[in-house]
Amino acid sequence: MDPLFIYPEYEVVRDYDRCISCRVCERQCANEVHRFDERANRMLADSTKCVNCHRCVCVCPTHALKIVKSDDTYKRNANWECGTINEVYRQAGTGGVLLSSMGNPKPYPVYWDKLLVNASQVTNPSIDPLREPMETRVYLGKKTVKIERDEKGRIKDNMSPQLTLSTPIMFSAMSYGSISYNAHESLARAAEELGIYYNTGEGGLHRDFYRYGKNTIVQVASGRFGVFRGYLESTAAIEIKMGQGAKPGIGGHLPGAKITDEVSDTRMIPKGVDAISPAPHHDIYSIEDLRQLIFSLKEATAYKKPVIVKIAAVHNVAAIASGIARSGADIIAIDGYRGGTGAAPTRIRDNVGIPIELALASVDQRLREEGIRDNVSIVVGGSVRSSGDLVKAIALGADACYIGTAALLALGCHLCRTCHEGKCNWGIATQRPELVKRLNPDVGYRRLVNLVTAWTHELQEMMGGMGINSIEALRGNRLMLRGIGLTEKELSILGVRHAGE
Amino acid sequence: MHIQAGGLDYRNLNEIVRISSDREVVIEGCMGQRYIGAGLSGREIRIHGTPGNALGAYLDGCDVYVDGNAQDAIGDTMNAGRIIVNGNAGDAVGYAMRGGKIFIRGDAGYRVGIHMKAYRERKPAIVVGGVVGSFLGEYQAGGVIVVLDLNRDPLGIVGNFCGTGMHGGEMYLRCSEIPAALPAQVRAEKVGFLQSGEVADLLREYCAAFGLDPVQVLSEPFVRLTPDSGNPYRQLYTNN
Repeated sequence: MDPLFIYPEYEVVRDYDRCISCRVCERQCANEVHRFDERANRMLADSTKCVNCHRCVCVCPTHALKIVKSDDTYKRNANWECGTINEVYRQAGTGGVLLSSMGNPKPYPVYWDKLLVNASQVTNPSIDPLREPMETRVYLGKKTVKIERDEKGRIKDNMSPQLTLSTPIMFSAMSYGSISYNAHESLARAAEELGIYYNTGEGGLHRDFYRYGKNTIVQVASGRFGVFRGYLESTAAIEIKMGQGAKPGIGGHLPGAKITDEVSDTRMIPKGVDAISPAPHHDIYSIEDLRQLIFSLKEATAYKKPVIVKIAAVHNVAAIASGIARSGADIIAIDGYRGGTGAAPTRIRDNVGIPIELALASVDQRLREEGIRDNVSIVVGGSVRSSGDLVKAIALGADACYIGTAALLALGCHLCRTCHEGKCNWGIATQRPELVKRLNPDVGYRRLVNLVTAWTHELQEMMGGMGINSIEALRGNRLMLRGIGLTEKELSILGVRHAGE
Repeated sequence: MHIQAGGLDYRNLNEIVRISSDREVVIEGCMGQRYIGAGLSGREIRIHGTPGNALGAYLDGCDVYVDGNAQDAIGDTMNAGRIIVNGNAGDAVGYAMRGGKIFIRGDAGYRVGIHMKAYRERKPAIVVGGVVGSFLGEYQAGGVIVVLDLNRDPLGIVGNFCGTGMHGGEMYLRCSEIPAALPAQVRAEKVGFLQSGEVADLLREYCAAFGLDPVQVLSEPFVRLTPDSGNPYRQLYTNN
C-alpha cells in the first residue's frame, strides 16, 4: 500500500463492446498505458500513466476509447483544490521544482474575450472581401526615415530593412530540440508557401532548413546555440530572445538526454551535455548593452536584416519597450503570460507576467506618446487563439501576431501539457524517431497553410465589415473596439470605450 | 590596406574593412571603434590602439592582432580564428565561443569564457597571461581556458565564483594550490607540470605569439578544473 498514491486526474474508459483487441492503442502510446492481458484475453489500461493526449482515442479504429475526468476527489475545498493538494504531495515526495509545459492554464481573465469588434451599418458601407481587394500585406521594421537625395536630386533608398508578410501572422519561436524535425519542416514549408515567417527558436537551424532562409527568423539567446556567421546570413531577420511569456525572468534548460546527434549538430554543442540557456544574457545589463548586441548582429550581417528583440510581458513592459525602441531594434516582439513552452516551472508559468492584451495596449500607447512608435514594429504573441484575437490585437496596436500553440494544434497537438517528458505521441515535442515519424510534414505543412489561410479570410471579412480595406487602417484603430464587462481602469489601460458608449 | 581610424566612427571603419578586397588590413590609431571584424572570415586584421567592445564578434576564421588593450566582449560567439591581444582585455572574453583561440597577454575582466562550448572537431581556447576577475568559465560547456598569472599578482589568479554552472570543458590555472571557495560542481586536481599534450602545445603557441619563453611558463605546476557532471540539474525537477 502506498499512502501517497495519487489517483489519476483522467481515466481511460474502454467500451468492451467495441474493442476488438487490435492493440493499436498499445503500439501508439509512448506512455505505455495500454496492454493486452493474455489471461483475461482483453485490453487493459493503466490510467496513472495517461497524460490525456488523446492519441489512442483518435487512432482506435472502432472508437472504443474515451478519456474522462476522474470523479475521484478529495473532500471538496474551494481553497485547497485537488490539483493544489497533489502538487504538495509531489513536492513532498521528491523535493523537486514542479515542471510543466505549454501555456498558463489558470482561469485568469482573457481580455480578448472582453473586447468586441465594430461593423459598419447604413452610413459607412462595409466591403465584401470576396469581390473587392483587401490588403493584408504587412511590412515589419523601422519606418522613420528622412528623405535624402543624392547629388542628382534622386531620392536615396535609405529605408531600414523590412520583413514582408502576406498576412499579419508568423509562427513563433520553437526550437529544434523542444519540437521535432518534422514539426520544424512543416513550419518552414508552410511559412514559405504562405509568404510569412517561422522562427527557429534558440536551438539553431538544422542544415536541411537553410533553403527556407528567406522565410526564416533565427534566434540569438543567452546560450547562443547554433549562432554563427552562416546562421545569421541565411535568414530574413534575427531575433534576440530576452524573455519568453511562459517563463519570464528564467532561462531554459534542455536536458542532456534530449541532446541527440542531430540536436547537438544543430545547436553546435557537445552531445549528451545539458544545454543551459541562463535567464539573463550575461553581457546585457542595460539598454546600452542591448544596443551593443543589436549592432554587433547588424555589423555581422552588413545592416541587411531587421533585428527583433523579444521580451516577456511584465509589469514595466511599456518602459522596457520604450528603451528597446531607442536601442536600434527594428521590431519588438512581446510575449504574454499565456504563451506556450516546451518546459517551464509550473509556478513561474502560472504566476509570472501579465496578459498580452494589456501589455500591447500600454506599449503602443507609450511609444505613441513618446513619438517613437514608428521606430519599431510591434509583434505580439502569448495566446492568439483565433482570427478574432488577431483582429483585436491589430486594433490595439500590433503590426502582426506570433502564433505558437495554435500552430502546434494544427499539427495535431492535443494540449496535454506534457512536452517536458519528451514522449509526445503526436510526434511534435519529442526527438524519438519512432514518434517523430508520426508527424508527416506533407500533411502538417498543409494543415498550417489551411489554418493561416482560413484566419486570413476571416480577418478580411471582419475588416470588410468595419469598412476597412487595408490592414494599415486597422492598426491601432481602437475605435473599432469596445469593452464588455470591464472596469474603468481596464478600459483606460486598453484605451477602449465600453460597449454602448 | 592601411586605415587611419582616427576620425571614423565604427560603422564607417567596419564598412571599409568589410568591403576591402585585401586579405591584410592594418588599422592605425584605433580609438574605441566597436565590432571590428564582426562576422568576418579569411582576413588578417592588425589593430594599433584600442578597439572597442565586441571585437571579433561571430568571428569565423580571421587572425586579429591588437597592439594595445581590448575592451569588453571580444570574440563573442566566435566560431574560428585567433584573436591576440598584446595588453589587457575587459569583461566577457569569448562569450559562448565554440572554436578558435583568444590569447591575452595581460589581465582579463569578469566572466572570461562564459558559455564556452565545444563542437565536433572544434575546441575553443582562451589563454590569459595575467589574472582574471570573477565568474571565470561560468556555464562552461566545452573547450579549454588557461590562466597563467605570469607576474604573480597579489590579487590572486581568479576572482570569486570560478566555474559557477560549469558542465563541460576544462580550465587550467598556473598555481600550486587549489583556489579557495570553488563552487560545489567544480572538481579540482593538481596536475603538476605540463610538458606534453594539447595544453602544453597551446601554451607554446601562446608563448610564440608574444615572444615569451615556454620553458619558463611551463616550469610551474597547474591546477585543473573540470565539472563533476554534464547534467547538473537532473535532480532538480518533478513532473507535474
